[in-house]
Amino acid sequence: MNHMIRVKGLSKSFGKQRVLKDIELTVAEGQIYGLIGPSGSGKTTLVKMIVGIDSPDSGTVTVMDKRVPDLGLLQDIGYMAQSDALYPELTGKENLAFFASLFNLKGSRLKERIDYVAKIVDLETSLNKKVAAYSGGMKRRLSLAIALVHDPKLLILDEPTVGIDPELRQSVWQELLELMAQGKTIILTTHVMDEAAKCEMIALVRDGGILASGSPEELKAKFGASDLEGVFLAAGRGAE
Amino acid sequence: MRISALVKRIMLQMFRDKRTLALLFLAPLLVLTLMYLIFDSNEEEMTLGVVGGNEMLIETLETQGIQVADFESADSGTVLKKSLDGLLEIEADGAMLTLENDDPAKAKALLAQISQILALHGQGSAEQNTSSPALETDYIYGNEDTEFFDVIGPILVGFFVFFFVFLISGIGLLKERVSGTLERVLATPVKRWEIVAAYLAGFGIFAVIQTTIVVFFAIWILDMVMEGEIWHVIVINLMLALVALSLGILLSTFAGSEFQMVQFIPLVIVPQIFFSGLFPLDGMADWLQNLGRIMPLYYGADALKAVMYRGEGLIDVWEDLLVLGLFALLFIVLNILALKRYRKL
Repeated sequence: MNHMIRVKGLSKSFGKQRVLKDIELTVAEGQIYGLIGPSGSGKTTLVKMIVGIDSPDSGTVTVMDKRVPDLGLLQDIGYMAQSDALYPELTGKENLAFFASLFNLKGSRLKERIDYVAKIVDLETSLNKKVAAYSGGMKRRLSLAIALVHDPKLLILDEPTVGIDPELRQSVWQELLELMAQGKTIILTTHVMDEAAKCEMIALVRDGGILASGSPEELKAKFGASDLEGVFLAAGRGAE
Repeated sequence: MRISALVKRIMLQMFRDKRTLALLFLAPLLVLTLMYLIFDSNEEEMTLGVVGGNEMLIETLETQGIQVADFESADSGTVLKKSLDGLLEIEADGAMLTLENDDPAKAKALLAQISQILALHGQGSAEQNTSSPALETDYIYGNEDTEFFDVIGPILVGFFVFFFVFLISGIGLLKERVSGTLERVLATPVKRWEIVAAYLAGFGIFAVIQTTIVVFFAIWILDMVMEGEIWHVIVINLMLALVALSLGILLSTFAGSEFQMVQFIPLVIVPQIFFSGLFPLDGMADWLQNLGRIMPLYYGADALKAVMYRGEGLIDVWEDLLVLGLFALLFIVLNILALKRYRKL
């Protein structure tokens, strides 16, 4: 299996606070990789560095054998930020079209992709409404649609299912699994344990470090826990 | 209880925002200091060229605090060349006063002083006949009806263009920073300079429209003095708008909220008003006067005054335009560098 993402010795401090400490991480192509941890653990900073919109103090990130940051690489990455970075004055469709154009999508291909991603996130009927009138869940879904619009090989999703109702969450996951089946690599952050269980591989992140990583089954066996919550607690105790 | 909790929270927020706090207390001091320096400056000295005046007249003028330059012969060209405030020519049957009138307030003061002196002089001297010599006046710029507003009008036009373009473009990009859309945009293959260029263009369109409206309004509706070509005025204002645009975007890098953007007004905008020529600076210490030279509005105002009031052309103000262009270029480059904070490439 090829390595999609390779993170080596990544460290970052904001002032005196160390946000990331010597992170080592490898994500294989075609995996759904979950970064699990409480808020403030450094997940968001880590994924931003993988995208290349934040720079580490030390260490390197390599994506598809290219050193991050790399402009060409961004064409193959779909990023969904933790906060919904949308233009409230524009409609959902205008937002999608704007970001799609930044990825050089044009004409019929652009229309096709907008229709396709809108269907995935179930926003077809609200596409012409202004985003200011969207609910929190709708904004989240639109952000996900924007991350998917240019059909990227690698999806980096920061808390993709926060504020989405259970039914839609189910369909989002179904779609993620389908994308994985198409050969896409997905890295996502979450603090919901049952979501983590759906990932092929997970890394437990706490206080800017990775406590443990592996498949959910491996981790459960390793820490002798019946669920991931137990794994997290056991791993946390082990670290202290 | 709820109220006190709210008050406590608000005060706590305020204390956490050290910058806002500093501005609240320090900015008024800064502005007050500037105003003090400007209005408390020494009486400006006036220089008068005299042709054919006797010693007694010159002496009287000098005791009145007017610097006198004695000439054999002179004309209005001499006034401009020697940067005199006026030229007094004494002839047998009267006197002729040519006023530069670059600053109407100064010209009026000089005229008043001289007619007073001539009147006294005429009465006091035995050689003179009965009445004081008739004083004729001529103006190099404008005329006796020139109002202060005619001179500051061009500056105000430039100022408003500068101010609003600055504020709107600054807050525009700031909104993108705060909402996270700027970061989101940087997660696409867009280049940093493309973002800066897009902002210059996007807001530039509005700046062009605004500039045109302001200029035409000033000239047609307010009947502002307009000696030069109207499109020259528009070109100067557009240069000024470009500087304001790039500066606004740049400063939004250092603001965390719309409120903090507004805090730049007393720091960046107000000092420029003081040094743009709205207020006479002749009496200020040289180093203070030169402070204006680091401010874009100084050059814009200078060029606008030249074209609108003195009827000069773009060729005459090329230096001002060049400096404005350099300011814009500097701010644009800094903008592109400032975006590195988000993405190194």
